[in-house]
Formats: sequence, C-alpha cells, structure tokens
Amino acid sequence: MTLGLHLGVLALLGGLQLVLPPFHHGMLARIMVLAAYAAGYNLLLGYAGLMSLGHAMFFAAGMYGTGLTIHYLGVGVITGFLLGVVAGLAVAAAVGLITLRTAGPAFLIVTMMLAQAFYLATLYFNEITGGDQGFILSGLHLDLAGRRLPLADPAVKYNVALVVFAACLLLNFWIVRSPAGRILLALRENEERTRLLGYNTPRYRLFAVTVSGLVAAVAGSAYTLLFSYVGSTFAGILYSIYPLLWALLGGAGTILGPLVGTLVMTYLVDVASSLTTGYLIVVGATLVVTILWVPAGIVGGIRARWAPWLP
Amino acid sequence: MTALLETKAISKRFGGLEAVSGVDLRLERGEVRALIGPNGAGKTTLVSLISGRLSPTSGRVLFAGRDVTSLRAWDRVGLGIVYTFQVTSIYRGFSVYDNVALAAQRRRLRALADWIALDRQAVARDVEAALATVGLWALRDQPARALAYGHQRLLEVAMALALRPELLILDEPSQGLAAAEIDGLCGLVRDIARAATVLVIEHNMAVVLELAGRVTVMDQGRIIAEGTPREIEAHAEVQKAYLGR
Ligand SMILES: Nc1ncnc2c1ncn2[C@@H]1O[C@H](COP(=O)(O)OP(=O)(O)O)[C@@H](O)[C@H]1O
Ligand SMILES: [Mg+2]
Repeated sequence: MTLGLHLGVLALLGGLQLVLPPFHHGMLARIMVLAAYAAGYNLLLGYAGLMSLGHAMFFAAGMYGTGLTIHYLGVGVITGFLLGVVAGLAVAAAVGLITLRTAGPAFLIVTMMLAQAFYLATLYFNEITGGDQGFILSGLHLDLAGRRLPLADPAVKYNVALVVFAACLLLNFWIVRSPAGRILLALRENEERTRLLGYNTPRYRLFAVTVSGLVAAVAGSAYTLLFSYVGSTFAGILYSIYPLLWALLGGAGTILGPLVGTLVMTYLVDVASSLTTGYLIVVGATLVVTILWVPAGIVGGIRARWAPWLP
Repeated sequence: MTALLETKAISKRFGGLEAVSGVDLRLERGEVRALIGPNGAGKTTLVSLISGRLSPTSGRVLFAGRDVTSLRAWDRVGLGIVYTFQVTSIYRGFSVYDNVALAAQRRRLRALADWIALDRQAVARDVEAALATVGLWALRDQPARALAYGHQRLLEVAMALALRPELLILDEPSQGLAAAEIDGLCGLVRDIARAATVLVIEHNMAVVLELAGRVTVMDQGRIIAEGTPREIEAHAEVQKAYLGR
C-alpha cells in the first residue's frame, strides 16, 4: 500500500505533463531534479540524523564531472552522466571518511568548510570551470533505442527529470525499508546503543554519507544535462542551504517530504522574486516559520496527525 | 578447561581516578555470577571493559581463550558478549517490535544477499521468541517510549536475548522495579541462564542470594572478595565496605 502511494505520486507527475501549460511544465521538470537532490540530502538528515551544510559540493561534483567531460573531452551524454556520478561518489566517500569522527555541530561545520573549499576551487580554476560565469553546453542529445532525443526539447526534459526523480525516490524508499534503513534510524536515535547491538556504526555512517552524496551528484549531473549549464553558483553555500530547507519544509525523515518541500519553496521563491529582489528574505522567513510552527514539516505533520504508516 | 571469560590485570583510569585497577576476573561457562559493591566501586566500568564499550588503560580480556582486548564492541557482540545498560537505553521512537527486530536482524545479516532480501520471517520468529520470553509480546506495537519503566527494562533484556548471548551482562536489572516485577525478573534470569553465562551487577541481596552461584565483591576499583553467597554474607571486609554493618 505504501509502495502504491509512492508509485501513484510518480504516475501523477507523469500525467501532469499532458495538462500543464508550458511555464509550469518547465518549472516542474526543474523541481523534480531539485527534489531528487533534496531526497539525497534527506537520506542523511532525516534518516541518519546528520545535518550537512556542504551538499552543494556533491551536487556540483556531479555537475562538473558531467559538464567538464562533455565540454572538454566531447564524451556523450550517458558517459558524461556516469562520469559525473563517479566524481560525486569519490567526493562523497572522501568527505564521509574525513567526517567520520564528527557529529552534530562539528559535522555541520566540517562539511561547510569542505564545501567552501570546493567552491573556492571552482573559482580559482576559472580558466577551466568558467568560474561564476560558468559555461553553456549546447546541442545535447540522448541516443535512445536508435532515436536521437534533444534534451532541450521540453517533453524530453520533463521525462528525463521524471526518470531521475523516480529512481532517487525508489532508491530512498527501498533503503529506508531495508535492514540498512533501520540501522540508519537507529544511529540517529542512539549511536552507543547501536554499537552495543553489534553494528559497526562508523561503517553505516560512511554508507549514509556516500549514498546521500551520490544521489545529490546524480541530481547535479542531470541538472547540467537538462539545463545545459555549468557554473560555480551551484557549488555555493546557498545550494547547500536549499536542500536543508526543502527537506525541513516538506518533512525530514519522510520519503515524499523532499518533493513537497521543493515544490512549495520553488513556487514561493518564484512568486516572491517577481515581487521583490529580496526574495531570500522569503526563504529565511519560511525556514523560521517551519521550525517554529511545523517542526516535522508538511508531510511529517500529516504523518503525525493522520497517517502514522507513512515511511 | 578454559574459562569463558577472563580479565587479566585490567585497569581503567579516568584522569586522576583509577576506576578499575588490576582486576582478574574469571567466569566459568554456564555460571551465574553476581557482581556487587558500593556505588562508584567500578562495577559498570569493569563490565564496560568486558563489552568493549570502553577500552582499558592496561590489561587484557580473554573470551573463550581468545584475546579480545583489541576487538571493538560490535565485534565482541558477534562473539556473544552482550551488555544491557544500567541506565535504560532503548530506541524510544521505535515500536517495541522494531527495537527487538534491530537486535534480531544482526545475526541474519551475513552475506550481501541478506542486505538485499533479509529473511524477515526468521527475524520475526526471533523477535516473537524474545518478546514472549520477557512477556512483552502483547505490547509489540506500542512505541517504546510509552512503556512503563519496568517494561522498558524488560525490553532491554529482550533486545539482549535476540542477540543470542553466550555471556549476558546485566547492569542492575532490578533497579527501580516493584517487588512483583523483581520476582518475575529472577525467574527470567534463571531461564536465560540455562542457555547463557550470566554476569549480573545487583544491589538487592535477596536477588543475589536467589540467583547467583558465586559472588564477586568490588570496592574502589578492586576485587575484595569472592565466594558463594553465604560466604560473602559472612565476610567481615564485605560487611564493612558494603553491607555497612
Ligand atoms: N566516563 C567516566 N569519566 C570519568 N569518570 C567516570 C566515568 N565513568 C565512571 N567514572 C567514575 O568511575 C568510578 C566508578 O564508576 P562506576 O563504574 O560507574 O561505578 P559503579 O557501577 O560500581 O557504581 C566512579 O567514581 C565514577 O564517577
Ligand atoms: Mg554502575
């Protein structure tokens, strides 16, 4: 039944493309990629209980791993995607090892410092990366079953975004209900107890950071492919704060929370930025309101009140 | 015959305080041993060195003849050394069932295939057996935080049982329980002792007399006496240090 609900949400997203006007169609494609990013983030925050402020480096590792290899080496879309994922995996595993002995605020600060170093590196090597100007990829095609699909085509874009989001959501769903998911939750609740139940807790920590970073890199790589752009903005602190915000707003530790949070926040920012240039105030205010009045987030609140079976 | 557990001159120093100093403890397979002593004697610290929760300043721990001093706590659990906390340590946000399932799945996760498709029925059987033994099966769907204190202590024991201990260490299990609950606990420990060696830290002398074959007394980080419960009751130094007579 719970799997049915999640498949139903994916089917709804698939169906929406038939009825949405072009603006919202494009918007939702972008939201789905960012929601995949938020889902990766939520795996660490919501299930393993680790708050990172450095996920932009994983997202950007996917982005640069894909963008640079396509731009400079001329590899195809699929190869570029895989190289982005490998780059993200390597960065995530390294960060996981470096932060193994940190918890709570220390973890937050160390991930933030590492991400900042990554960000500065993208600026420092601006001859290669294009710095904050970035660079544009053009004419990206996906060769699928003998057909050549331009990624700039809205329908292709939407459906690739949907596939990426669906893969991340289902991976998340599967991990959370697997024995490993129960161990991650146990880590969040009581690390020492978990050790004394015979679990090598550092190993599960490393697993959580690596998978979370991997999903973020998948999203980053997909973002580059679908929106044909690479730039250091996506490695900056704001892109580390966003997934935290999306996950908290939607509900940390819920599977649908990241989608709901990303959806609400992206539309909110869109409306706010058409009214004022200070739209970051809206972002900040939403965070404050969420933490004060709906600490469990939207989906978390629904779960607490009406649907305790929601994973 | 080799002892199930031996500590050799084991010590633990916290800053200027030597909480455990040069302790040689030997447990035979199948016995129920009580560990008694005044508050601050170093009992919890000693069993923490045995479970691997703490690492010693010096000395060694042997389990079934094997030196386990350098093994981490999770690997010692794999060998069968299981500890239940003095201060109840359960997953308050999990259901009673999930608390025990987390312990039970530990033994079932051996190959990669188990991670992908865990034998959930086998885990469920183990959970049911452990919860039935402590009498909490009817409360399996309750969140652990909703349990009465005595039931939380029993849940802790059920988690330990689901790990199938060779050596079960109980740290003051009767603390805070009502008289009727203590009777139940004694019956439970006797049941467990048929399959495992038990080391129980206990303040309640009635419980010690009822359960233990032998008693070890600690004071100020050292073992000051060891013997049958009757011998210990009669021991002058123990009476001075512990029984306050
Ligand atoms: N983690 C610790 N850090 C510093 N001192 C500790 C620590 N744990 C225990 N102690 C001290 O070690 C001594 C023995 O404590 P403990 O083993 O808990 O005694 P018991 O269980 O016999 O009451 C006490 O004086 C206690 O304050
Ligand atoms: Mg103690």
